[in-house]
Amino acid sequence: MDLIEIFLTTGFWAATIRIVSPLIFATLGELICERAGVLNLGIEGIMTIGAMAGWMWVYQGGDLWTGVMFAALVGGTFGLVHSIFTVYLGLSQHVTGIGVTMFASSLSYFIYRMMLPDATTPPKIIPFQTYPIPGLSELPIVGEAVFTQTPMTYLALLCVPIVWYMLYRTPVGLAVRMAGENPVAVEAQGIDVLAIRTGAVVVGSGLMAVGGAFITMSAFDAFFFGMINGRGWIAIALVVFASWRPGKALLGAVLFAGLEAFQVRAQQVAGASILPYQFYLMLPYLLSIVAMVIMARRARYPKALLVPYRRGERV
Amino acid sequence: MQIEPRANVSVLRAGLAPIIAVLAALVLCSVLIVWAGAPVLESYFLLFKGALGSRFALTETITRSIPLMFTGLAAAIAFRAKFYNIGAEGQLYCGALAATYFGTGLVVLPALLMVPFLMIVGALAGGLILIIPVLLKTHMKVDEVVTTLLLNFIILLLVSFLIEGPWKDPMAMGWPQAASIIDEGVLPLLMSKGRLHAGLLFALAAAFLVWVMMRFTVWGYEIKAVGLNAKAAEFAGIRINSTIIRTAMISGGLAGLAGVSEVAGLKGYLTLDISPGFGYTGIAVAMLAQLHPLAVIPAALFLSAVYVGADAMSRAVAIPTYIADVLVGVSVLCVLISVMLTKFKIRWR
Repeated sequence: MDLIEIFLTTGFWAATIRIVSPLIFATLGELICERAGVLNLGIEGIMTIGAMAGWMWVYQGGDLWTGVMFAALVGGTFGLVHSIFTVYLGLSQHVTGIGVTMFASSLSYFIYRMMLPDATTPPKIIPFQTYPIPGLSELPIVGEAVFTQTPMTYLALLCVPIVWYMLYRTPVGLAVRMAGENPVAVEAQGIDVLAIRTGAVVVGSGLMAVGGAFITMSAFDAFFFGMINGRGWIAIALVVFASWRPGKALLGAVLFAGLEAFQVRAQQVAGASILPYQFYLMLPYLLSIVAMVIMARRARYPKALLVPYRRGERV
Repeated sequence: MQIEPRANVSVLRAGLAPIIAVLAALVLCSVLIVWAGAPVLESYFLLFKGALGSRFALTETITRSIPLMFTGLAAAIAFRAKFYNIGAEGQLYCGALAATYFGTGLVVLPALLMVPFLMIVGALAGGLILIIPVLLKTHMKVDEVVTTLLLNFIILLLVSFLIEGPWKDPMAMGWPQAASIIDEGVLPLLMSKGRLHAGLLFALAAAFLVWVMMRFTVWGYEIKAVGLNAKAAEFAGIRINSTIIRTAMISGGLAGLAGVSEVAGLKGYLTLDISPGFGYTGIAVAMLAQLHPLAVIPAALFLSAVYVGADAMSRAVAIPTYIADVLVGVSVLCVLISVMLTKFKIRWR
C-alpha cells in the first residue's frame, strides 16, 4: 500500500474522528477559560482526573453516562479551585495551573492505587459502544467515518456548535468574551466579572475532564498511568492555532488528529525502514509547536488574558 | 471580599510563609492518610524517620536533593524574569545527553579537567535547547509555557531513540541504556558509604553563584526588573529581549547540570528513567524557596525528604507512594496563598 492510499481508506477517517473527540472537549474547555481571561494550565491534570473518575465510576458499578457527568463534576471542582486562586485571589495563573496539574494528576494515581491496591494489569470496563446513526451511517465513507462512532464522539461534535452559539449568540457568552477583553466594561454593565470568570473556568474544566473521560470510557476501556500524555498541552496549542474561535478549533483539531492517524498508519506501511518509531511519536508535539508558530503572528490574544481583575482598581 | 496590599512586609512573615504552607499541605493530605486507614501522626513520623532517621536515609535524602537543587534554581531564576520555563525536565535530559556524548570516550581528559568539562557541555546543551522557545517568545510572541512543555516530550523520545538505537550499550544485556561514563568523568563519592557524590558541591556552588549574581550584579538586577515590571524596565533602558534570552540560557544551563550530575554522579550511564520528574518538582522547590537562590537548598532538601520518606512510609503502612506527589502539588498551591497573605490582607465585607 502506498502512503497516499492511506487517505482513501475509511479506516483512516474513522480513526481521525475518534482521535479528535477528546481534543475537541479539551480544546473547547481551554478556549472557554481563556476567552474569559483565565489561562488554565491545570488542563493536563484535570484531564487525568477526569479519565480516572469517569472510569472508576463505571468500574464501581455506575452507569456510563452518569460516569461522564461525574467526571465533569470532578473536573469542574478542580476548575473551581483554579478560579478561587486566579480569579478571586488574583494569583499567578501560570503557577496555579501547574500546581493544579501536579495536584490533580498525582491525586488521580493515588486514588486509583487506593481503590485497586493489588491490580497488576489494569482492569477493564465495558466502554461506550459504536452506535451507527440510522440512515446517515449508510452514506459512503462519511457514514462509516463520522456516523458510526460512539455516542461520546457525537457529543464532542455537538459541543462545537453549542459552544459557538453560547459564546456568540447569548448574553452570557457576550459577558464571558467581554470578561476576557475588557472586564471594566463588564462591571459597568452591573455584571460580576469574578462570577463570570469563575463560571467559565468551571464549565471549561468540566469539558476538559470529559475529554479525559473519553479516553478511558470510549477510546479504551482501562486507566493507565501517564495516559493523557501531553494531550492537554496540545489542546492549549490548538487554542492558539484556532485564534480562540470554536469553529477553527474544530478545524485545527481535525487537522491534527488526521496527521496523528496518518502517522500511525504510515508507521505500519513504511515501517521502521524510513524512521525509527520514536520520530513518528514526536510528530504530534512537533506539529503543535509548528501550529503555534504559524498562527502566533496573527494571534489576537484576549486582551485581559492573564490579567487578574480587582474590583474598583484602575487599570 | 477586598484584597488590600500591606504597607510593609515583615521579614518574619515572609520567612514563615513557606513553613506554614508546608504545614497546611501536611494537614490537608492527612485526609488521604485517614482514608487509607493509617494513623496520621505515626505515618508522618514514619515519613520523616524514613528520610532523616538513619545515616543511610540522610545521605539518600541529600543525594536525591542534588538534581532538585539544580532544577529548583533553573525554575527560580526563570520565574524571577517571568519567563515560565516548564521544560527543566527536557533540559535535564539534554545535559545528560551531552555528558553521555562527550563522556563515554569521545574526549579523554584528566579527572580534574574532565568533570568540569562535562559540566560545561551539559550546561551548554541544556541552555541551547531553550534557544528555540525563547527566540519564539521574544521574536514571534509564542507562549513559552507550551513550547517548553512540548519539548519535554520530544526530548524524551529522542533519548529513547538514542539509547535503544545508536547509543545502546552492547554490554548492557539488552537493557536500553547508553555506555558508561569513563572513569575520569565520574563524579567522586563524598563518603565511603552510600551514593552521595560530588554533584552536591556543584549544586551548592551553583546556588551561591546564582545568589551572588541576583544580589550584586547588573544582570541580576535586570532579571528582577524585567520580571517585576517589563515596561518600566524598558523605560529604564534595560533591553528586555536580551535579558530574557540570557535568563533562559542560565536557567536551561542549570537544568542541564542536573542531568550531568545524575549521569556522571549517581548512575554512571544514561537511562530513560534518570529523572522521575525532577524538572517538574523543581518548580515546587522554587516556589517553596520563594524564588530565592539560597532558599532553594533547604526547599530541595525538604522535598527530597518527602520523596525518600514516602517510600519508607508506604512500605510500613499501606499508603500509595503517590502521597509524596500529592503533597508536593498541594504545597505549591498552599505556598501561593501563604506568600500572598504576607503581601496582602483580605478584608471581608
